[in-house]
Amino acid sequence: MTEILRLENVSKSFGGNRAVNDVSFSLEEGEIIGLIGPNGAGKTTLVNLITGVHPLSAGKVIFAGEDVSRQQAFQAARRGLARTFQIVQPFPKMTVLENVAAGALFGGGTGSVEDALDLAHEELKFVGLDAVADTPASSLALPNRKRLELAKSLAMRPKFLLLDEVNAGLNASEIDGALDLIRKIAARGVTILIIEHLMKVVLSISQRILVLHHGELIAQGDPRTVIEDPQVVEAYLGSKFAARVKAESHHA
Amino acid sequence: MKQFLYFGAFALWVALIAATPLLADNYTIRIAISIAMFSAMAVSWNFIGGFTGYPSFSTAAFFGLGCYAGALAQRNGIPLVMAWVFATLFVAVFAAMLGAIILRLKGHYFAIGSIAIVDLTRLITSSWGSLTGGGDGLNVPLLQGSPQEVSALVLYVMLAILIVAFLTSIYVDRSRLGFGLKCISQNEDAADMVGVNTTSFKIVAYTLSAVFCGAVGAVYASWVGYIDPTDSFSILLTLKVPVMVLLGGAGTLLGPVLGAGVFVMLEEVFWANFLEWNRAILGGIIVFLIFFLPNGLLKIQYRTLYGALVQKLRSAPKQAEKSS
Amino acid sequence: MDIIQILLNGIVLGSLYACIAIGFSLVWGVLNIINMLHGSFIILGGYLAFFAWQYSGVNPVFLLPIIAALLFGLGYLLQYFFINKVVMSPVLTTLTLTFGLDMILYNLMTVFFTATPRRVTLDLGTINLGDMYLPVDRLMGMGLALFLTALLFLVMRASKIGRAIVAVRMDRQAATLMGIRVNNVYAITFGIGAFMAGAAGVIFSMVFPITTNLTGTFLGKAFVICVIGGLGSVPGALIGGIALGLIESFAGYTIGPQNATTVGFVLMLFLLIVRPTGLVGVKGYE
Ligand SMILES: Nc1ncnc2c1ncn2[C@@H]1O[C@H](COP(=O)(O)OP(=O)(O)OP(=O)(O)O)[C@@H](O)[C@H]1O
Ligand SMILES: [Mg+2]
Repeated sequence: MTEILRLENVSKSFGGNRAVNDVSFSLEEGEIIGLIGPNGAGKTTLVNLITGVHPLSAGKVIFAGEDVSRQQAFQAARRGLARTFQIVQPFPKMTVLENVAAGALFGGGTGSVEDALDLAHEELKFVGLDAVADTPASSLALPNRKRLELAKSLAMRPKFLLLDEVNAGLNASEIDGALDLIRKIAARGVTILIIEHLMKVVLSISQRILVLHHGELIAQGDPRTVIEDPQVVEAYLGSKFAARVKAESHHA
Repeated sequence: MKQFLYFGAFALWVALIAATPLLADNYTIRIAISIAMFSAMAVSWNFIGGFTGYPSFSTAAFFGLGCYAGALAQRNGIPLVMAWVFATLFVAVFAAMLGAIILRLKGHYFAIGSIAIVDLTRLITSSWGSLTGGGDGLNVPLLQGSPQEVSALVLYVMLAILIVAFLTSIYVDRSRLGFGLKCISQNEDAADMVGVNTTSFKIVAYTLSAVFCGAVGAVYASWVGYIDPTDSFSILLTLKVPVMVLLGGAGTLLGPVLGAGVFVMLEEVFWANFLEWNRAILGGIIVFLIFFLPNGLLKIQYRTLYGALVQKLRSAPKQAEKSS
Repeated sequence: MDIIQILLNGIVLGSLYACIAIGFSLVWGVLNIINMLHGSFIILGGYLAFFAWQYSGVNPVFLLPIIAALLFGLGYLLQYFFINKVVMSPVLTTLTLTFGLDMILYNLMTVFFTATPRRVTLDLGTINLGDMYLPVDRLMGMGLALFLTALLFLVMRASKIGRAIVAVRMDRQAATLMGIRVNNVYAITFGIGAFMAGAAGVIFSMVFPITTNLTGTFLGKAFVICVIGGLGSVPGALIGGIALGLIESFAGYTIGPQNATTVGFVLMLFLLIVRPTGLVGVKGYE
């Protein structure tokens, strides 16, 4: 197994507020990693640091062996570090197809606009949006907007995909659909880091879990160990929940 | 198909303007020059204001710098055409360097910053008397030839600038660059996230919005033979050009040309007939434009309009019957 | 020239500048609109003062409330019937609209009042303190400007409408839910902006000759002061105004009056780049 992403003592302060504090970890290629933590724990900020949206206050980000601590957002995209936004960010007046083509053309480094549109078609089929390819992105309902975000990121040919709460706001069956899709993406060899509040979802999909609390990484490891970690139970899960999950996983 | 339509309509329009020296009097040629020159500036502005969606109001700074750079180059012995080229390049470099600084601003702050550039360039030109002649202005070497020849020459040069600007806009519209600019105009953060180098794309758009204005300015200075800071760096000009683009349809290819043509002709009519109220009437047009044509002439739903009209006409006779 | 004299001139000028900019800053901060009419409002106030004074002989200080009230009405109507319709549009639209309205107002002024420079001459003499020299009309202008600034500060702080404006500024939607009529508040805010502009014009007409050619200059000052002082706060505009007055006064002395304005603009651009929220950057209304 080869390492794809490593964070070394990464910190970020906004004014006096330490949103991310001295976080270090290393991720393997091909994994699906869950990132959990209470609201305001610094999850989104961490994604922003990895993808060059915010400059680091301290520490290093190593992606595929290269120090990318000083990269800008567009450079991250071109390197194969794609992400979705917690609040979906389409190009509202463009068609769904053009939205995805933008990912292919710039992040994916496709040569011409035509090629980008072709590739966009494929990705739309992959996520199941080909029927609405020519409608404006603004007309999509939330589940499809989330899929559009995914298609856009995939068109960027990412090596690493960071998904910030892609399931938030979806109902149970929509979530199942989204999870199938995420597994399909992982099967393409893309490493995935997924931020998710629903523990059931995280546990079902992640091979490894990172837990952030007050900007600090308080636990990491395989799902079973992490949810039994007393610190995690205290900070995030609550003891009742932990007991329930434990019971459920014993039955299964 | 659509592309051909654009080319065709544009070519016809240019041909018509180009024919004025053969067909019409000097007054008409002067209007034709105005149309060509404002069209070129409007097409130029469309790169930053239309495609990229940045509310730039620095057109007059580019125009004015073009005027002065061309005039000064000529006064220092550089031959006419070289002086025009020099002015164009000078303005392009100026815009690229300025863009790297002020394009970090967004929205209202960018708007204010870009207007301030006009004020600033005017103030500096006025106070740098040893170079620019200050508030007294500057005489520019006159073009050789009879008045007819001179206006025909100016017209053709302006048209050439317009054609280059227009072709550039068609090219940009279909290219990666144009695609990226449209992404920026709709959601700059998302554009960044998909890998658009937003900083450099914006600088290119801003430079394109300047370069043709610089060229137009240089030629304009040679045509009128005298320039001064107030005229060259006029706030009125800096707002008129965006209004023309809005009038035609921002972000479209033909909109700026259409808008500039309509605006210049309207303005001409008002100058001729209501000299005293010219400015108020133009203001009235702007207000009308904002409320009734927010997307410009090109984006009117003509079909819907036609349908509504037909329906009205059909129902009108019936009503007339009833009332009689 | 004595440094204290320069300082005093700067403060006098700066108080007038603050008065010019406050209305502009309020409108920008609350309505998110760059009001291109602002310069013309100031000149309109000045012209009205001049002609009313010429006709009646009444000291413009006493005419000020009437003229400012007239401008309030004009501003209220413009906002209520025109600008409110596009108040949520992008800056390109709103700025263009106010510019169009400005062209109309400007034209009306040049036709009815002509562009001849006008000045109310009260001949109040000067005060000499040691070797310092201060015209009384300027001192009076400064006093009036500071008085109006303080008045607006109190209105924003203590009155019901002031609180409503603050509420709308902070969160338009929440304010609507609280039963505030946002369009009315916007119109009042714009009216207050015009009121302050008109008042500033009256004061200016007693201190300097004014003409329609100055609309752009005043507008430019308002830009600079807003960027120095931050948006929508009375203290911010006051600090910005005085800062600009001092800067221009010192620049005029050191590198010549013709360059003073340039310095202001350069400073503004510099500040825009390094601190786009303004130096004072107060959140909410203070
Ligand atoms: N751009 C910013 N400027 C200032 N503070 C910020 C910024 N972004 C985040 N923060 C602060 O950093 C902290 C972490 O926020 P972050 O959005 O990363 O949390 P999160 O774990 O993603 O929460 P949630 O589950 O609600 O999405 C918060 O206190 C937030 O206020
Ligand atoms: Mg988050």
